[in-house]
Amino acid sequence: MLINVPKASAVKESEITDEKVFNQRRDILKSMGFVGASALLTSQSAQASFFSDDDKKTFKTRALDYAPAAKQQQSQAFTPEEKIITHNNFYEFGTAKSDPVENAQQFKVNPWSLSVEGLAEKPFTLNYDELFSQFPLEERIYRMRCVEAWSMVVPWIGFSLAALIKKAKPLSSAKYVAFETLYDPKQMPGQKNRFAGGGIEYPYVEGLRLDEAMHPLTLLSVGLYGKTLPAQNGAPIRLVVPWKYGFKSIKSITRIRLTDKRPPTTWNILAASEYGFYANVNPEISHPRWSQASERRISSAGLFSRNRIDTKMFNGYDEVASLYQGMDLRKNF
Amino acid sequence: MAKTPSFKLTKAHVPWLKLGIHLGALLPLLITYYQAFNDQLGGDPVTALIHFTGLGAFKLLLLSLLITPLARQFKQGLLINVRRLLGLYSFSYAFAHLASYVLFDLQLDWSLLLSEIVKRPYITVGFVAWIILFCLTLTSNKKAQRNLGQRWQKLHNWVYLAVGLVALHFLWSVKSDVIEPLIYILLTLSLLLYRRGKLKRWVKNRINNTQISKK
Repeated sequence: MLINVPKASAVKESEITDEKVFNQRRDILKSMGFVGASALLTSQSAQASFFSDDDKKTFKTRALDYAPAAKQQQSQAFTPEEKIITHNNFYEFGTAKSDPVENAQQFKVNPWSLSVEGLAEKPFTLNYDELFSQFPLEERIYRMRCVEAWSMVVPWIGFSLAALIKKAKPLSSAKYVAFETLYDPKQMPGQKNRFAGGGIEYPYVEGLRLDEAMHPLTLLSVGLYGKTLPAQNGAPIRLVVPWKYGFKSIKSITRIRLTDKRPPTTWNILAASEYGFYANVNPEISHPRWSQASERRISSAGLFSRNRIDTKMFNGYDEVASLYQGMDLRKNF
Repeated sequence: MAKTPSFKLTKAHVPWLKLGIHLGALLPLLITYYQAFNDQLGGDPVTALIHFTGLGAFKLLLLSLLITPLARQFKQGLLINVRRLLGLYSFSYAFAHLASYVLFDLQLDWSLLLSEIVKRPYITVGFVAWIILFCLTLTSNKKAQRNLGQRWQKLHNWVYLAVGLVALHFLWSVKSDVIEPLIYILLTLSLLLYRRGKLKRWVKNRINNTQISKK
């Protein structure tokens, strides 16, 4: 029998965000009168084809088989799914938070190829189906803290990055892990030009120290809320490192490379004084332009909800502190 | 020289123009707040509100500064009648901007507000611009204009500093996508460039004044 004892850092019931999940898109349409107006203007058959067209264009997700998170974590409510899938930083699909859900609906993830390579005895490649079948999937409920001082609680589905790396049998010379997002300007408008992509050099790259990558909390996610990932959340596979700022959790990964040198990372390249390699959540070290001492938890509770909460060291995941013993976290921010 | 215009703005047009400005400024504001209160403004309505009101204040301020060049270029002196209204709406948006930030983002954490104003350059310049616009709003009525006499124009010249600070506030607030702020900075600079003579005189007078006082 599996007994789940929640860690001190596990998401608690008291952190409740909201339970209300609603179909916002249809509500907006209704409130603007579009549905009513179009019903008056078009015949029934025209409407039917209009809506089926609409459905064809949306990115499809499907239910996943996975081991649910422990009961204690299940009983609490997460950030509403509608918020998680409409509020995204994914500059490949535009720089506004609402851009990715708009622009990523046609994104093709099957076929996919994720290569695990570099300083390893047994490099390998996973195709789309293997992303879901090679490792047992489990649910993990993590807090996600963005460097912009907002946060969410997300029920991810995935497997430990450690399991994937072990399979490749890293050489003893491997010290770091480098990640790379798909580079496909045809599908990703943000990669086409500097205007649409926020001045970032693509492909987006990220990196971890090998011991950070091997930590049991570090997750490769293939789904959320019981289903495969929506395109705008980084389908088909993304990284989730819950004690680091969100930008470390690279999306739509095609390449994972073991290396002996610290790999370059996208936001660090763009503004080294503002975004470090480590990017551990740390309330004491401000971003040069705003405080990191507190954060706003995204919810549906309305404008007057008191959802500003204190930010915790390592986003509350104290079990990772030993990874950074003896390091000056002010220098290595 | 511009030709005599075929269309001339008359006194009868002015109320309609003002009505248009009232509707154009108020309706988007009301709709946006309605959407925010009903959670129809995307994933994070708070940030959406702050961005909408901030950008709105900036646009209205630029519009108010566009009035004089337009009136001169097209010889429509009566256009000046709507300048104050645009300025007042600019401050209304700026007021909503700061209020949304304090109420919904910082959630009345006054000590955080103070430390952010002091520590964060983009908030410092934004706050200074807000104070300037506030002072201009307070002295925007006819009575204040009469009481202040010559000093009124000097006070209201501070709008040029305010618009520059607003542009800087926008540029420094973004993470990496500087294209949009740069477009606004270009618009700001061209409106200031139009007034280069006036600004030069203003700066010269300031320098002269300080030299005189030093002697």
